[in-house]
Amino acid sequence: MNSNNLLLEIKNLKVSIEDNIILDDLNLKIQKGEIHAIMGPNGSGKSTFSKVVAGHPAYSILGGDILFKGDSIIELSPEERSHLGIFLAFQYPIEIPGVSNEDFLRLSYNAKQRFFNQPEVDPIEFLGIVTTKMQLVNMSPQFLNRNVNEGFSGGEKKRNEILQMILLDSDICILDETDSGLDIDALKVISNGINNFMTKEKGIILITHYQRLLDYINPTYVHVMQNGKIVKTGSSELAKELEDKGYQWLNTD
Amino acid sequence: MINQSNKVINNSLTKLVNKSYQYGFSTNIEKDIIEKGLNEQTIKLISSKKNEPPFLLKFRLKAYKKWQTMNEPEWAHLKFPTIDFQSIVYYSAPKSQKKLKDLSEVDSELLKTFEKLGISLNEQKRLANVAIDIVFDSVSIGTTFQKELSEYGIIFASISEAIQDYPEMIEKYIGSVVPIGDNYFSALNSAVFTDGSFCYIPENVKSPIDLSTYFRINDQTSGQFERTLIIADKNSQVNYLEGCTAPQYDTNQLHAAIVELVALDNAVIKYSTVQNWYAGNEYGKGGIYNFVTKRGLCIGNNAQISWTQVETGSAITWKYPSCLLIGENSQGEFYSVALTNNYQQADTGTKMLHIGKSSRSRIISKGISAGNSKNSYRGLVQMTDKALNARNYSQCDSLLIGNCSNANTFPIISVQNSTTRIEHEASTSKIGEEQIFYFLQRGISLEKAIELMISGFCKEVFKKLPLEFAAEADKLLSLKLEGSVG
Repeated sequence: MNSNNLLLEIKNLKVSIEDNIILDDLNLKIQKGEIHAIMGPNGSGKSTFSKVVAGHPAYSILGGDILFKGDSIIELSPEERSHLGIFLAFQYPIEIPGVSNEDFLRLSYNAKQRFFNQPEVDPIEFLGIVTTKMQLVNMSPQFLNRNVNEGFSGGEKKRNEILQMILLDSDICILDETDSGLDIDALKVISNGINNFMTKEKGIILITHYQRLLDYINPTYVHVMQNGKIVKTGSSELAKELEDKGYQWLNTD
Repeated sequence: MINQSNKVINNSLTKLVNKSYQYGFSTNIEKDIIEKGLNEQTIKLISSKKNEPPFLLKFRLKAYKKWQTMNEPEWAHLKFPTIDFQSIVYYSAPKSQKKLKDLSEVDSELLKTFEKLGISLNEQKRLANVAIDIVFDSVSIGTTFQKELSEYGIIFASISEAIQDYPEMIEKYIGSVVPIGDNYFSALNSAVFTDGSFCYIPENVKSPIDLSTYFRINDQTSGQFERTLIIADKNSQVNYLEGCTAPQYDTNQLHAAIVELVALDNAVIKYSTVQNWYAGNEYGKGGIYNFVTKRGLCIGNNAQISWTQVETGSAITWKYPSCLLIGENSQGEFYSVALTNNYQQADTGTKMLHIGKSSRSRIISKGISAGNSKNSYRGLVQMTDKALNARNYSQCDSLLIGNCSNANTFPIISVQNSTTRIEHEASTSKIGEEQIFYFLQRGISLEKAIELMISGFCKEVFKKLPLEFAAEADKLLSLKLEGSVG
């Protein structure tokens, strides 16, 4: 495959927090047009992986590299990574009292516009842009006037994450357990949002515990992470097998 | 309309991004000083320098006697070394104190000082929709728009001028809201106050422009003891603004002020403060000790007094703008944002004393503590037996930034009749690393993130500020917090 198609490359990544090694010799390549699912038991390092790619300051990179479209990003600030096109849908979207969702979304949108020397949009123009996107995830416009994630139900928070993903139109999106805590209807809405968003130019990493998300989104690869590295890679069949046999099955392999 | 607050904002943005306190310079100017130390002689000298009528000297000496019998209050949640009252200069005035006919006669060094502070005293300033009385160390150096205001019958002058021109009004009202012996610092102020502002709004007049005082402490050893007296006659209205700055010294200076407001029947007084005294450096050295007694008397029926304060400066803040609600249906309000960073300490809040029937009060207090600072809300809501059907609503919110800051609330509610209604809400929250990271991941910068969260937290108070103050306050808080998160 042409290396120009490579979106994200994780090379021998070793990461610690407070002297505990969380990721150890992690390797992963995401090409344009691919959806990768990462599964694995609790504490295997999946969420750490997503935060490290996004540049969370609490983690130290001890070795290895993260390349985005061929360039190392480990020295870049979280906001630069965001502008370049890396998006993280949080497992637990943060509540921000006193800040309206509308202001938050507009600032975020305009920050990216500014980064690419594009004109910033005014609040009225933005309202038009955002309401069309909200329809894609079945969100009513009243969510714009509420404070960011404050008092949102679990499903509303996750839809708000997908809305931001669509709005920022990032190239590589990491969805950290976006399916957890969703009822079946919400899961369908969110899966639809993700499927519509996906193009052959983008890449998506789905971190999940459950095979059921993969009933709606068809991954190119399924990886299993254990003790901070990827121990097994396969097709979507692997997810079904894990669902039946559990992670213990891998250790007895 | 262009106003000087916009200018302040521009100044703070352009030249002062790298400086934590932009007003820290001092002005070299020839001064007329009374030797430091406090005794009866000092007080007599102040009084004679100001050519005061005998009643005022009597008032001062009585206050001094009272003060000598009192002790410094120790109940506040504040720690600081004992103040040596004998090492303070009680009178420091720029020389050439002949009465100025015109602001263009103000010393050019002083004019430059205020230009630097973003306050223009020259004619251009007339674009600004605000009249200013400027107090520099111990004296007022000028008041703008006096003539225009007098056409409405509004008296706006330094208190020294008012003592000369309207002694009977001063004699009637001075000490009527904050009695001499009210507290240790009010007694001290009553003995040694040197200047301040005076304002009288006649019956049925709504002040056409906002009035304001700008306080500047320049001298390293002088204390500032000013006194403001505002009287709003029946059916009158006035908005009053107050700003303060001081140079950056590594010693502490004392500021002990009194503000007295009197609102007669149906009068409305809105008093807003943006306090930005020098707060000391990041290790807690230097800064102003700010001990202020502010009180409003709603003596008339339907009278309204509203205090809005944004307290960001001073090493120590000890301040409880209060309302005595005597008139029926009278209304008191207190909206406060107090921000402390580094080693600042603030003990601030309000007292609402309900006496009039159906009197109402509202308290919204927002405390933000960062660094190693201590920030306390202290409030008293008292419903006396006469205050039938009185109501109070209080809301005290604290926001912590970082792991070493400290927030406290000490609300006291005292009720002596069963027809009142009192509500009290309180909350404590924290700006955490995860919230910041959420903003950053969405491409929003740290500075913007903090600004958004702080202004969201303070929204209810900021919307009470006059427009020109609100933007400044917003900016000021973000500047003050720079580097305290992340």
